[in-house]
Amino acid sequence: MAVYKKTYRPYEGELTSSWLRFLVIPRYALADLRSSRFLSLFFIGSFIYPLICALIIYVQHNASALGLLGVQGARSLISINVTFFMNLLGWQSMLALFLAAFVGPGQISPDLANNALSLYLARPFSRVEYVLGKMSVLAVLMSLMTWVPGLLCFGLQGYLEGWQWMRDNARLASGTFFSAWIWILILALLALALSAWVKWKPAAGGLMFGVFFVAAAFGAVINGVQRTKWGSLFNISHLVGSVWVQLFEGSKKTTNGAVFFRVTAGEGIPLWCCWMALGVLCLICLYMLARKIRGVEVVR
Amino acid sequence: MDPVIELDGLEVRFGNRVILKRLNAALTGRSVGLLGPNGAGKSTLINTLLGFHKPSAGTARILGHDIRTQARAVRSLIGYMPENDSFVAGMSGVHFVRLMAELAGLPAAHALERAHEAFFYVGLGEVRYRAVGTYSLGMKQAAKLAQAIAHGPKLLFLDEPTNGLDPPARARMIQLIQEIRDRGDLHLLLSSHLLRDVEDCCDQVLILKDGNVAAFCNLEEERRANRRFLELETRGENNGDFLEAVEKLGCETAPGAQGRVKLVLPDGLEVRRLYEIAADQNVQIRRLNRKRDSLEDIFLKAMEAPNGRL
Repeated sequence: MAVYKKTYRPYEGELTSSWLRFLVIPRYALADLRSSRFLSLFFIGSFIYPLICALIIYVQHNASALGLLGVQGARSLISINVTFFMNLLGWQSMLALFLAAFVGPGQISPDLANNALSLYLARPFSRVEYVLGKMSVLAVLMSLMTWVPGLLCFGLQGYLEGWQWMRDNARLASGTFFSAWIWILILALLALALSAWVKWKPAAGGLMFGVFFVAAAFGAVINGVQRTKWGSLFNISHLVGSVWVQLFEGSKKTTNGAVFFRVTAGEGIPLWCCWMALGVLCLICLYMLARKIRGVEVVR
Repeated sequence: MDPVIELDGLEVRFGNRVILKRLNAALTGRSVGLLGPNGAGKSTLINTLLGFHKPSAGTARILGHDIRTQARAVRSLIGYMPENDSFVAGMSGVHFVRLMAELAGLPAAHALERAHEAFFYVGLGEVRYRAVGTYSLGMKQAAKLAQAIAHGPKLLFLDEPTNGLDPPARARMIQLIQEIRDRGDLHLLLSSHLLRDVEDCCDQVLILKDGNVAAFCNLEEERRANRRFLELETRGENNGDFLEAVEKLGCETAPGAQGRVKLVLPDGLEVRRLYEIAADQNVQIRRLNRKRDSLEDIFLKAMEAPNGRL
C-alpha cells in the first residue's frame, strides 16, 4: 500500500520463526556498534597480537625467512607450545575484558532507563531470549577476538608442522576453545548483570574492572593478613587461570597459567573450588539479571 | 458472541497485597474501556494479560488463548502502547518501529514497509528519521501507537494514550483510535482515568475499584436508553393535565418540584409531540434536557458503592 493512503490495515503476510526473531536483537546491536569508530579501531587493533603470532609461526617454519633475518637460532628461542597458545589466549582475553567493559554497559541499561523492556516483552519474545540476544552480541565479538584467532594459529601451525603434530597437540585446540568460552561466558554475564543494575554506562564499565582488579587486590590482602590462600577465591583471573591450566594440560601441569591469568605460586586452591567459585559468580549474575529483566518493575 | 477478554477468577498478589481480587468478566465489545481511580488495578490487569505478572489464582483468556499456558500465543495477538515513555535509545523513529515489528515476527522487508506506513498513519511521516529520544511528548505518544499497530495485532492495549497531550494532540489521538476501531479489524482495550476518552472511543466499560470489578456496562445500550430519557421544566396552570396527556401516550413520568418533570419516551414517540401537547394544555416547556454524562453517573455510583461493587 502506498504511504499516502494514510489508513490502518491489518497485516496478513508471513511471519518469521522464533529462531529468526532471536537473531533480531544481535543484528540491530551489531549494526549499532559498527557505527562507533573507536570500537571499530579497537576491534581491528585487537588482531595485531594474533597476526604477530601467525608471523612467528610462519617464520619458525621458513628457513629462508630466518636466513633473511639472520636469526638462524630463533627456532630454539621461541617454541610453539602450550605457553605460546595460552599467552595468545591470555592477551586476547584481556582485550576482550576491555571490549566487554566498553560494549556491555550499553546493552541493557538504556532499555531499562527508557522503559523499552515492556515493549520487547509484550511481543512473542521471552526474557531468556532477550538476555541470550544481548549476550550473543558480546559472544560474537569476543569469540572473534579469542578462540577464533587461537584456532586459526593452531591450524596454521598444524598445516606447517604436519598432521602428526596436530594429533599430538589436539588438547591445545580444545583448550583454546573451551577456555575462551568460559571467559566469554563470565564476561558476558557480568557485563549484562552490571548493565542491568547500573544505569550510568561509565560507572558500569568501571565496575567491570573493579570486579576483576579490586576484588583481586582484596583477595591478596586477605591472603596476606590471614596467611591463607582462600583469598584467591576473590581473584577471578586466578580462578580462570587455574581452570585454563587444567583445560590445556590436564593433570600434567607444566605451566602456572597464561599472561594476566597466572596462578601465584603457593596460593593455588583446589581446582574444584575454582570451578565452584566461577559457577557461583555466574549464578549471581543470572540472579541479578532475573531480578531486573522484567516487563514492569513491581513495587511490593 | 465469543468474548475477546475473559477474566476467570483472576487474582494477582504482590507479596501479601492482593491487587486484583478474583475478577470475573467477559468482555465482548469491539472497544472496551478500563476505568478506575489511581491504584484501582487497571495497569496491573493489562500487565497481567501481557504476562508480566503471574496470576496467583484464576486465569484469563484472550481470544480463546489462556494467559497462563499460551502466553506466547497471546502476545503474538496483542499490540501494546504503554503508559510511560518507552523507546529504544539512539534509534530513529522508523528504525525503532521496524525493530518492534521484526520482534513481533514480521520479516525485515515487511517490517520496514509497515514501519513507514505506521509513521505516516500516526502523522509523524516527516520526522520518522529523527531519533525518538528527541521527540516531543505528543510525538512520543504517536510513535508508541505506531509501534503498537505496525505488526497488525488483533487486540490493541492502550494504556492512558492521551496522557500529557495538549487539546489538539488529544483530539488527533482520539480520532486515530476511533478510526482504528471503526475499521473493525481489531479489538481495543483502552485504560484511562479520563471519562471523556473512554466515552469517545469505547462501547463497553469495565470499572475497577480497589481491585474489584465495580461496574461493567454496555455504553451503546446506555446511550440508546439515554436518548429516551428527558428532563423538562414547565410553567402553566395545567401541569397535571399535561402529565396525564403524555402518560396516555406511553411515557413514564416523575414530577418534581417547581414544574420539573423527568420522563422516559416510549419507542416511536418524537419530542415534537410533547411540544404539541404542551401547547394544547397551555403549558410552556421552558427547558428540555436529554440525559447526558451517563458514564460519569455510572462511574460515580461505582465509586460510592461500598466494597467496590455496585
